[in-house]
Amino acid sequence: MRGIVAVALAVAWRAIHNVFTNPALLIPSIVFPLFFFTAFAGGLSRVSDVPGFDYGPGYTGFQFVFVLLQSAAFGGVFTGFGIARDFESGFARRLLLAAPRRSGIVLGYSLAALVRWLTTASVLTVVAVVAGMNIGGGPVDLFGLYGLALIVNAAATLWAAGVAMRLRTMQAGPVMQMPVFLILFFAPVYVPIDLLQGWIEAIASINPVTALLEAGRSLLAGEPEHVALAFGVAVALAAAFALWAVRGLRRAEAAGA
Amino acid sequence: MTTAAQTAELARRSVVRTLRQPANVVAPLLFPMMLLAVNAGGLNSAEQLPGFPADSFFAFALAVPFIQGALFATMNAGTDLARDIQTGFLNRLSLSPMRSVALLAGQLGGVVTIGLVQAVFYLGVGLAAGVRLESGVTGAVVLLLLATLIALAFGSLGAFAALRTGSGEAVQGLFPALFVFLFISSMNLPRNLIEIDWFRTAATLNPVSYLIEGVRSLIIVGWDTQALALAFGFAFSIGVVGLTAASWALRVRLTRT
Repeated sequence: MRGIVAVALAVAWRAIHNVFTNPALLIPSIVFPLFFFTAFAGGLSRVSDVPGFDYGPGYTGFQFVFVLLQSAAFGGVFTGFGIARDFESGFARRLLLAAPRRSGIVLGYSLAALVRWLTTASVLTVVAVVAGMNIGGGPVDLFGLYGLALIVNAAATLWAAGVAMRLRTMQAGPVMQMPVFLILFFAPVYVPIDLLQGWIEAIASINPVTALLEAGRSLLAGEPEHVALAFGVAVALAAAFALWAVRGLRRAEAAGA
Repeated sequence: MTTAAQTAELARRSVVRTLRQPANVVAPLLFPMMLLAVNAGGLNSAEQLPGFPADSFFAFALAVPFIQGALFATMNAGTDLARDIQTGFLNRLSLSPMRSVALLAGQLGGVVTIGLVQAVFYLGVGLAAGVRLESGVTGAVVLLLLATLIALAFGSLGAFAALRTGSGEAVQGLFPALFVFLFISSMNLPRNLIEIDWFRTAATLNPVSYLIEGVRSLIIVGWDTQALALAFGFAFSIGVVGLTAASWALRVRLTRT
């Protein structure tokens, strides 16, 4: 166990150091969520006037929850890019040789993704509060909201790590990014699910991200709904992708990285 | 070889090298369509807002891919030109009797061709989805003309970035900046329905809003002289600025060479 922790901390420290000392890696992961938040909450606020739209904290809060979860997911994907880069540069091969407990590598990258996302989430929250976002939920509700996003971050990191360790090239970027983008946007992003119609409503109703979004929004509003379902979905996704990532690691080992 | 023949040869090369990279062809065709589907599905209920100018949000949003596709074409063209610089192809070309105007015109000829193919594709998808152009068949021709001019205008900016920096990464770095212009515009709602003052002001100051509104007017309004004059005017102005800057950058680079 101590071996896993030592490897995880070393890998996490290196990944965090890489990101926080390289503005080209750090800035996009902070700026993009802010940009989406600005574009959606600012440009589409009139959508809250659509008949049937009824969300207490208003459109800014409605979009904040989406962007928070999106930043969590993309924080994980961006970390996957770093893993792919490590394989391409040959660093991962040396890492696999040096690490006494290799599953610590996956854990380390996950820790780094978490630190990276916490930075983004802090900036995003400050901007949203300064922009006048109403918060209906208490500390417990907010703890639940950020806890949910944290599990999403872990799930996305494990997904991207699994892809990166199987394909071991930066060209795998779209394979990591595109499914995450699609699953996020095929959810009730702009309006509640009751106001969606047609094919998007059909997809959103079976999309697991819908449960996460609805629970997250209910927590921000202070009227928790389907929270257990959302946490169940998030934990199930994280567990499935943990298996995916570990098997990816085994593939990389078998291939000699 | 005449200047026209040199231009045609370089334009052919520009098109062929784009077609040889499937990712450069597929992404500009599919990604804008995917975003259109997501936005049109999610924001369908915005049709119910008082003063919304169209019966179908899909028809309203169909203008956006034309601009987004031009951005993609620009990035691809700029990256290709930067690669020519990085690999030394431009240096070898400068030793030949090729005229510098032919290099620029040939490169942009390729961009325009790709831009036109994309515009035809987007229009075809729109028509297949049931959108009927209020401006009729002549409007479709004007739309393609405008889309081509927009591709040329953005292409000249991409060429300038490539010639000035000589780096494909620097050209790719332009993409997020251009994306900001796209999102902080009237892409999702008409300007008069944007509620947040600063966003409406930013969208009003943003030339991309007028490009979108020009294309959109042909689809959902018919013949709106003011919208068309603004769209053609801005596209032409951006093109003149971009071409002037690119010509200067090319002259400087050839002098260095």
